[in-house]
Amino acid sequence: MSALSSETIPLTAPSSAGISPKPRRRRVLSPALPLALLGLGLFVGCWYLTVDVLALPRFRGIPGPTEVIREWVSPDPAYGTSIFTLSYYAHIWASVRRVAIAFTAALFTGIPLGLLLGWSSRFRQYAFPVFELIRPIPILAWVPLAMLMFHTREGSVIFLTYMAAFYAVTLNTLLGVHSIDQNLIRAARCLGAGPTTVLRTVVIPGSLPYIFTGLQIGMGVAWFSLVAGEMIAGQFGLGYLINASYTTTRYPTIVIAMITLGLVGFASSALIRFVGSRLMAYRARSIGS
Amino acid sequence: MTGGNLILDAVGKEYRTAGAPVAAVQDFTLDVGAGELHVIVGPSGCGKSTLLGAVAGFTDITSGRIDLDEQLLCGPGRPTAGIGPDRVVVFQDSTLFPWLTVADNVGYGLVAQRRLSRRDAAGIARGRLQEVGLGDIAHSYPGELSSGVQRRVEILRALVMEPAVLLLDEPFRGMDAISRSAMHDALLQIYDKFAVTVLFITHDIEEAVYLGSRVTVMTTRPGRVKTTIDIDLDRPRDRGIITAPHFRELVGEVSDAVRDEARRAFDVGEREMVR
Amino acid sequence: MTAISSRPVLLRRTEKVETTAFRRGAIGIVIFAAVWEFATRLNGWVGIRVPLVAQLPPPSAVVVDFLKLAGSPGYWNSWSLSFQRVLAGFALALIIGGTVGLLMATRPWFKRMAFPVFECLRPIPPLAWVPIAIIFWPTQELSITFVTFLGALFPVVLNTVGGAEEIDRRHVLAAQSMGASRSYIFRRVVFPALLPSLVTGAAVGMGITWEVVVAAELISGGGRQSGDGGLGFLVWNAYEGNNLPRVVVAMISLGIAGYLSSGLVRALGNRLMPWRRVAS
Repeated sequence: MSALSSETIPLTAPSSAGISPKPRRRRVLSPALPLALLGLGLFVGCWYLTVDVLALPRFRGIPGPTEVIREWVSPDPAYGTSIFTLSYYAHIWASVRRVAIAFTAALFTGIPLGLLLGWSSRFRQYAFPVFELIRPIPILAWVPLAMLMFHTREGSVIFLTYMAAFYAVTLNTLLGVHSIDQNLIRAARCLGAGPTTVLRTVVIPGSLPYIFTGLQIGMGVAWFSLVAGEMIAGQFGLGYLINASYTTTRYPTIVIAMITLGLVGFASSALIRFVGSRLMAYRARSIGS
Repeated sequence: MTGGNLILDAVGKEYRTAGAPVAAVQDFTLDVGAGELHVIVGPSGCGKSTLLGAVAGFTDITSGRIDLDEQLLCGPGRPTAGIGPDRVVVFQDSTLFPWLTVADNVGYGLVAQRRLSRRDAAGIARGRLQEVGLGDIAHSYPGELSSGVQRRVEILRALVMEPAVLLLDEPFRGMDAISRSAMHDALLQIYDKFAVTVLFITHDIEEAVYLGSRVTVMTTRPGRVKTTIDIDLDRPRDRGIITAPHFRELVGEVSDAVRDEARRAFDVGEREMVR
Repeated sequence: MTAISSRPVLLRRTEKVETTAFRRGAIGIVIFAAVWEFATRLNGWVGIRVPLVAQLPPPSAVVVDFLKLAGSPGYWNSWSLSFQRVLAGFALALIIGGTVGLLMATRPWFKRMAFPVFECLRPIPPLAWVPIAIIFWPTQELSITFVTFLGALFPVVLNTVGGAEEIDRRHVLAAQSMGASRSYIFRRVVFPALLPSLVTGAAVGMGITWEVVVAAELISGGGRQSGDGGLGFLVWNAYEGNNLPRVVVAMISLGIAGYLSSGLVRALGNRLMPWRRVAS
């Protein structure tokens, strides 16, 4: 159409076809974005101030934000690790791989065990006390036994990570089964469902919210244990990188690894949340919250 | 589909506690005819829900027997009735499965018990929903619906199984008066259509008289039959009969019977039995 | 007519069922210990090595070593050392975390500013902070305390904020409509309502605190004399000295210590919440 066309120009831009308002509620941050940025800015600002500008005595050894960022994005980093170096990704992959293996194992052992503990009171009476006796033992206290059992560093680190996640997943699954209204189960049985059908069609879907909470918590503690394990006994991995950078006085790399850990940890939890919201799509559509 | 003939003969249920055993229900005898809408009224804690639970198979009985169409449900040698699709319960609180659509909910029993495929069951469910005017919500989730609609779906889910007896445990409790009266008419519409035997528990006297073919008043704990009153009002029932003199007489009759028991229960300080 | 009990009928389990549960639990534990003993001794008796567990110490050896240790003051000294570290970090986390959490709960602008920072820092595992802590703090003890504090901080804050979101607005409105001042509302409505979540957060934080203290003691374990470190150090020391039963004794001690401290937190919490003791 030529610019001289006499067609009226619409006052408002046409909305893209097919986009309906998101049913999910928006994150608390969105309307308060400026404040959030302010808060983050203040934090980074303090960091910058105390280290780079004022160079306070205590803070002398700590790398400042400019140094860290410069190092992180530099194609030729002074301390050997940046987004352009292969070793960076090798470390990330080493850690991610360990968590993935451990977490998957925890998922496949913890959920069934949690379901069984929740479902059969007889089994729970026999098995739960043992479970609860072992649980308070800090995961890292298992390091020596893990080394004895698995002989390799890799195996023991993965085992530690597995233990931490396993407990969280099992416990929350158990809670999930108990959270189900007894009448739901009775209703299902009235409608002709046998015990296995009830398990499959009522207990498992009904426990899903708790199970996913357990998975998120499990992921969090998995990373916790992984880092500890890597710092003590690992080769490669982000935890190892932190430790090694410290001993070789490559301080900016420490912070780079820390931030990376934060990002990867966050991403993994977000992934779980995402899968959960897909599986439990019905929740988003309920009246009220 | 015809309803079943439910006979309770001297049914008793005793609970063992730390102290002396407590009888929740004692010597309860009732004959519910096929296709009858029978209402049980009584003060809180009199054992109404226990009775329902016994018929449904959730709890055992310690004396007497219950028969359905001359088949033993529970009795001597068999303390607990099986739970089955011939007796379906609709509870006070919604037990629709929140993770299934309305159509899948209604079709649940067909898949679980009759081994229909999910698609076939959903098709049948949609048909039934259509019949009662709820076809639009077939693909909604229960959480998106108002409580009145949820209740209707739940009753439909029960009836799809073509049960011999439909057991309703104070299903409209907690609903506001307006929704409640709409639910009464919806239930009566369904009842007139499906001709199933209904055992309905409530403590609302007007509801009892409006809905019931017969009303049984239960005593306080231990619960037994105090009296059974025939409700000789014509069906289909119209909201207008509420002011009719005969209706009010019947309500008065039931009230009198209940009032004594309610006062007795109040004095003794009974609490609603925890389920 | 039989006598009607005037007490409300309790439809809970009878006492008989509860003793059954206890008995079964005890049986479960005994079976566990028996299998453990059997599997670890199998090598010595018959020459069969059970995979994974063959080299673990049997429970009988563990008990023997515990009896030996219980007499030595160094062992109990380890207890007190670990407890000190735990308490220091935990107390800090409770004070600072509780305050921050309460501030976030009562001042929305602060929450919107601080929560994103909080959520960004939270995924970083506490132990990742160890080198920075060592660089920053002059003594090792302070750096351990700092990392411990960080570990417990997040659950405390998170639970406090979460608890604030669950407060029934009507309670606040009711108090306001009766003319209560802001500080009164905080003291008598908001804070008590937050307590349950806060206590839960504290109990979770306590558990994490032990994890961190053990990790820190393990990491910094090398080089100190025996009996001169905490329980975490005891674990490592025993391992290096190839005293496997002692490793398990130390582990179990840690388990008991963690369990006791979480229990203590909950017990204290319950004292602060007398209204929760009413039986329902």
